Order: sequence, then C-alpha cells, then structure tokens
Amino acid sequence: MEFPRARGVGVSLLLLTAIVFPLIVDNPYLVSVVVTAYVTAIAVYGLDVMLGYTGQLSLAQGGFFGVGGYTAGILMASYDVSFWIALPAAVAMTSALGYLIGLAALRTRGDYFAIFTLAVGVMIVIIIERWEDVTGGTDGLIGVPAPSGVGPLQFDSLTAQYYLILFFLVVTIYVVWSLMDSLVGRTFVAVRNSEELAQAVGIDAGRTHQLAFVLSAALAGLGGVLYAVFLGYIGPAMGGVQMTFMMLVYLMIGGVASLAGPLLGTLLVTGLMQVLQAFAEYQMMALGPILVVVIIFFPHGLAGLAGHAKRLFQRRGG
Amino acid sequence: MTLFLQQFVNGIALGSVYSLVALGLTLVYGVLKVPNFAHGALYMAGAYVTYVMLTSFGASYMVAMAVSIAVLAVLGGSMEWLVFRRLEGKTPVHAMIAALGMLFFMEGTADVIWGPTFRQVPSPFNDVVTLLGVSITEQRILVIVAAVAVMVGLYLLLKRTLVGMSIEAMAQDREGALLVGIDTRRVALLTFAISGVLAAAAGSLIAPLLLVFPNMGELIILKAFVIVILGGMGSVPGAILGGYLLALAETMAGTYVSFAFSELIAFGLLVLVLVVRPTGLFEKGV
Amino acid sequence: MLLRVERLAMNFGGLKAVDDVDLDVPDGEITAVIGPNGAGKSTFFNVVSGFCKPSAGRVALDGVDIAGLPPHRIARLGVARTFQTTKLFPEAQVLDNVIVGRRQHTRSNVFDAILRTTRLRAEAAECRERARAALEFAGVLHLESEPVGSISQEACKRVAIALALVSEPRLLLLDEPAAGINEEETSGLTALIRKVVESGVAVCLVEHKMRMVMDLSDRIVVLNQGKKIAEGTPAEIRQDPTVIDAYLGGSSHA
Repeated sequence: MEFPRARGVGVSLLLLTAIVFPLIVDNPYLVSVVVTAYVTAIAVYGLDVMLGYTGQLSLAQGGFFGVGGYTAGILMASYDVSFWIALPAAVAMTSALGYLIGLAALRTRGDYFAIFTLAVGVMIVIIIERWEDVTGGTDGLIGVPAPSGVGPLQFDSLTAQYYLILFFLVVTIYVVWSLMDSLVGRTFVAVRNSEELAQAVGIDAGRTHQLAFVLSAALAGLGGVLYAVFLGYIGPAMGGVQMTFMMLVYLMIGGVASLAGPLLGTLLVTGLMQVLQAFAEYQMMALGPILVVVIIFFPHGLAGLAGHAKRLFQRRGG
Repeated sequence: MTLFLQQFVNGIALGSVYSLVALGLTLVYGVLKVPNFAHGALYMAGAYVTYVMLTSFGASYMVAMAVSIAVLAVLGGSMEWLVFRRLEGKTPVHAMIAALGMLFFMEGTADVIWGPTFRQVPSPFNDVVTLLGVSITEQRILVIVAAVAVMVGLYLLLKRTLVGMSIEAMAQDREGALLVGIDTRRVALLTFAISGVLAAAAGSLIAPLLLVFPNMGELIILKAFVIVILGGMGSVPGAILGGYLLALAETMAGTYVSFAFSELIAFGLLVLVLVVRPTGLFEKGV
Repeated sequence: MLLRVERLAMNFGGLKAVDDVDLDVPDGEITAVIGPNGAGKSTFFNVVSGFCKPSAGRVALDGVDIAGLPPHRIARLGVARTFQTTKLFPEAQVLDNVIVGRRQHTRSNVFDAILRTTRLRAEAAECRERARAALEFAGVLHLESEPVGSISQEACKRVAIALALVSEPRLLLLDEPAAGINEEETSGLTALIRKVVESGVAVCLVEHKMRMVMDLSDRIVVLNQGKKIAEGTPAEIRQDPTVIDAYLGGSSHA
C-alpha cells in the first residue's frame, strides 16, 4: 500500500522465480520438497486467517487438512472420480464440516475454542483410523492418481504438478490478500482487536468468526486435496495433531498476520528439515523449543523482523 | 450385578487417575488462566521416570514413584520458570502455543530416548483380591487408595497452609492477591510444581496397568480438559467429581454398549457443554 | 421520545445491579447518569447497548423494544457507544481504527473482495471519506496516519467518539468520556460533546466529573445502589438532599 510500485516489482520477481524454479533446478527431489511446502503453505494460510486475522487458535487445522485429503483421495482412488470433481467436492466437504463445527466451537473464544478444536482434530484422526472399510484405517490408502489432463494440459510429470500446485498457491495468496486488504479483512481485524468494540459499531462478531473459520477450513481442505494427490497416498498422520503443530511452527516462524509469513515459514522450515534429514529423529525435540523461543522473543516471526528492519532503515534514511 | 460391581471398581480406578491429571490442569488454569496443553506430557514423563527407576535402577515401586514425583515437580516448575513466566503480558494465545511447543518437545524427547515402542511397567502388586465376587488387582487398589491420599493431601495443602491459601487466593483474584502482598510468581511456580507432582502420581500409578509410550498423554489430556470444563475451569472439587464421573460413564458404556461408543463420550460431553452452557456446568458463582 | 427505558432491572445472582429504573432520553438533549461507585451506571449502559440481557423491563428506541437484542443489532438501529477503557487497536493507524465503524452501512462481502468489484471500491472510498470527516469533526484529523498507540489519552477519547459517530447513530452513549484526562482537556471534550448534540445526535453519558456533568447536561438522573433516587435539571440536582446524602453517605466522588 505504501510503495505500490516497489511492492508490485517484488511480487513479480518472486512469481518469476517460482515459475522458472523447476526449469533451472534439475533436481526432482528438491522440486518435490518445494511442492510439498507449497501444499502445506496453503493450509498454513488458512490457519493464519483464524490465528493472525481473527485472533483465535484453531487446532483442528490438521484435521481439516486430513478431511480434504481423505475426501478427494477416497473419491479418486476408490471411486475413480476425476480430480476436477473431487477437488471442489473435498473443499466443499471441508467447508461444510468447518461450518458445522464452527456452530459449536464458536460459542466459545480463546482457550475454550483452542481446546474444542483440539478435540475435533483428535476425533477426526480417531474416525479416520476406525472407519477402516472406507479410509483404510491406520494403513491409509495408496493409489491416489495424478490429476487427469485438461485439453492439451497433462499433469503426470513432476513439473506439471509443480505448476498446478503453484497455481493454487497463488490463488490462495491472492484470496487472502484481497480479503485482508478490504472491508472484510478490516472486519476480521476489528473483531480480533476487541470483540466488544466491533459489536458496538454494528459488526456481527459471531458471523465474522464463522466466516473466518469456514475460510480457514476450506484452505486446509484445499491443501489436503493437493497433498493427497501429489503424494498419491493418504494416511492418518496427515490429519493428526502433529500436522497442526507443524503448521503452527511454520506460521509462527514465518510471522502471523503477514502475507508473506506462511509461505516464508513453510519453505524455510521444510527446507531446513530436508537439509538436516540426518537428524530427522530429533525433529520434534528441536522444533518444540524453537517454537517456544519464537513465541517469547520474536512473536511476529521473520516477517515481523523484516518489517522492523525496514522501519529502522527508513528512520535512518530520514 | 457382579459385572456391574467389577466395572464400577475399574471405573473408580480409572477415575482416580483422571482426577489427578485434571486436578493439576485445573490448578494451573486457576492461577495462570492458561490451558496447559503440555500437562499430558508431564503425565507421560512421570510414567517413564517410574519405568526407568524400576527397570534400569532396580528400585522398588514406591521409591520409583517418589523419584518420579520429585523429578516431575522440578520439571513442572521449570515449565513455569523457563517459559510461562516470560510470556506475562502477552495474549493467552501465545501461552497456548508455547505449551504446544513444550508438549511436542517432551514427546519428541521421549521418542528419541525410548523410541515409539510400548513399554510394560512391572508392578510388585499383581496379586488379585476377590471381594463379593469382584476380583481386583492389588495395583488397582493401590491406585484408588493412593489417589485418595494425594487428594486429601492436596486438600490440606490448599486449605491449611499459607502456600495453599495463596494459590486459592490467586486463582480467585490475581490483582487482589498481588495487592495483599502475595508473591504471585512464586505461587505460579509452586502451582506448576504441584501440577507436576499430581501428573507424576497419576502416570506412575496407572503405568503398570497400561502401557507406556511417548504419546500416552494425548488422549488423557483431552479427557482432562473435558473434565475441567465440565467441572468449571479452576475448580478443585469439579475436577475430582468430573474425573470419577467421566471414567465411570466410559467404563459402563464400554461394558454395556461398545468400546467405540465409550471413546466418544468425552467428546460428546464437550459438545453438549458448549451447546448448552459454554461457561461450564458447575462453574463457581461470579 | 428517542430512548425510553421502563422499569429496567438487571440481577447478577442475588445482586440487583439495576433495580426498577425508568429513564428517558429525548432527541437533541444531553442526559447524564450519575451516582456513586457501584450505583449501576455501567450495567445500565451495558443493558441499553445489548451487552447484558435485562432481567426485566423495556428499552424502547423510537417506540421499538430493543431490550435483549444482540449488541450489533442495537448498534445498527442507531445506538453507538464508547467504553470506559478505550478499546482502540493501538498498532493500527487512527484512520484505520475509525473506518471499521462504517462497516454496518456497507454491503461488500467476500466475493466483492476477491473480485474487487466496483461496489467494494466505492464503499471503501466512502468509508474512508466518512471516517476522515468524523475525525475532522472530532478535531483529530491531523492524527489520521499516526498509530493509535502513539497519540495522547485525550486524542484517544476523541478518536473513540469519532469511531462512534462514523456509524451515524441517533443516540450516543458515552461511558466516562473524561476519565483520565486533565481539566483543560475536559473542557475541550465538553465542547466536542456539545457539538455532537448540535449535529442532531442525542447523548447519554455516565460521568464522575461533576463540573462537566453540570455544565453539559440538560437533565440528570441519579442512581444509587441500582435505584433511581433523583431526576431533574442540574440546578435541581445540585440542591436535592437525597443526592447529597447518597454522595456523602457513600464514598464521595464529586
């Protein structure tokens, strides 16, 4: 907003980098790591809509990610439904579930909301594990096919899938940006800032929270669908509390309530985890304290630090 | 009738453990107004310490439990000292996320040290006592008796000692407690240490009856949250009563309906409370 | 009558915070509600603005019963309020804080935002203009791009009033508008409140600063322990023995 041109140039450069990335990097492994990060980032944006913009900690995000992945995965693997039908179906399913759960969960705020959504997340995993006939239980389901082609476009190759998923990521970022940069986003932030004040100026706080929660669930669902399709596999872990925790780590490290934060955090942390794969077994042991340190010392994450540096620079510059 | 009595005793044993876990959670919530998601990890750590003392050091069960309680008191206290204290003045969301960080740190650590395998904890109390056609292992009796002893001890601590009274005062009115000269930080530290003690007692008592593994705290902490919400966040009698009631409901449902149904009870109750009365069923008056 | 409160009661457990209170706020006037601490003034405001559901009684806005409606509905019917402790968003700019007060008059939804429709752009521009106009009215337009956290207490009070006004209310409830500011700033604020009334918005205020109340009010209602003990013009209230008693008998705040 302050420097529209500089910002426009920056965004174009980033997009260009993302577009040429699979062309210049001749390493399928690295490309697939980045694709996984993109997919997860979509769900992390959803988490940010709740946590960053409306101020509520939703711990069902992994669960919704799982519901999206399982809905599409089951439709595609067991019923031969086309990706192009399974995707909207799964997103609709997750949104509807988010709406229903929101009806109960959003009767509360803050800690109760977090506890309730945590319970929802755990229940989703329990249901996935127990409903073996449909979900494949703890083993999950393999054989989720790649998206079918559309006209001349085929999505069998890694590069094609990279672009498909990049497309959905860009759409996600655009949607989040356009909402937050509008009266709708102002309403979200007003409710986060002070629910009482927002209500006193005529804002329906309940409806605002409900909208944010459905949007957040929808993005988790979208991420889950793409995750299932890209890996070709669905398993209960993708819906687990640990998945939610990882998303929180990405979001907090990248920076809440910032447009770059979710993508930045997800790319950085997944990238680092790949580099340090030799120490994979220590992953949770390390990420826990890192999250705590971030919360205590850098509550606005990397995006916050960058903003801070920019302000310092501007002040010195005059 | 015998089946009912048998399940009733089993339910009381399980309820003892639920209550102990819920008590620690509710005390911490009362004092800090933070739902400590890492509390289930304290319970897990308590079980592992007992396991290690028994298997690697050849300690007796009672000694193992005492060591576990001491270690967890320190661990609980250091949670407050290292983390929650640094989050004073930030939003509750920050504290909740930090608690999740500690939960995954502790689970991750247990996973690195002991691996994801299920461990069996040997108990010296394997004999079975039969009473009115109900057979109970000595360990179950120990669970029930020890839990009641711990609860009585906690009650005396809260009602009869200055420290305990400070905890209650702070839970009721933090500002007021500060005004009358209570060192709120010290009280918070102590409350966390006590919550560690309660979690260790619960984990050590139940360990021989269940298996020990890194994620063993995840389900019980959710149940403890349900109990605490039902009984009123911060309420001590609510946590005790709620713990026994939930465990009995689960055991009976598991016996007479189905196991899958019993697992859903806690969640069903949570939904019910939210729909009927989000502030809790037995919440203390304003 | 713009606002007519009849036999309003609000109980918390056994405590009668508001007990059988009648009160009228006519168009174009300033009505003050005063009373010692714990007299039920804030509860009274909370009931009228919908933050508490009354135990009994009627709250009629232009003849329509609004008692028990959710706060945002009452706000949309034309009742704006400020809070004792300013609830503005300290990290955001003054203007951004005020714009959201206009939201109730806009219809843009998620799809307008995503598709960047002309409706969204027109409404956004309109909100901005109205917000700036409200800031100008409140005398703080020069602070529009400052973060709220960096402006003075008095400026915050003015911004809060601007935020309430931008929603174009018919009735403005001010909860201790002069708390925490000095004498000189108080008289500035008094002038602003007078200007608000002149612009056609009725005002009902709760205030402890007696000079301000006596200066501003057309009529004063005195509450004590939830009950209305007196009502009248400032001159009448000043001489009312029950009022003097209530203030001297309890803890004095005059």
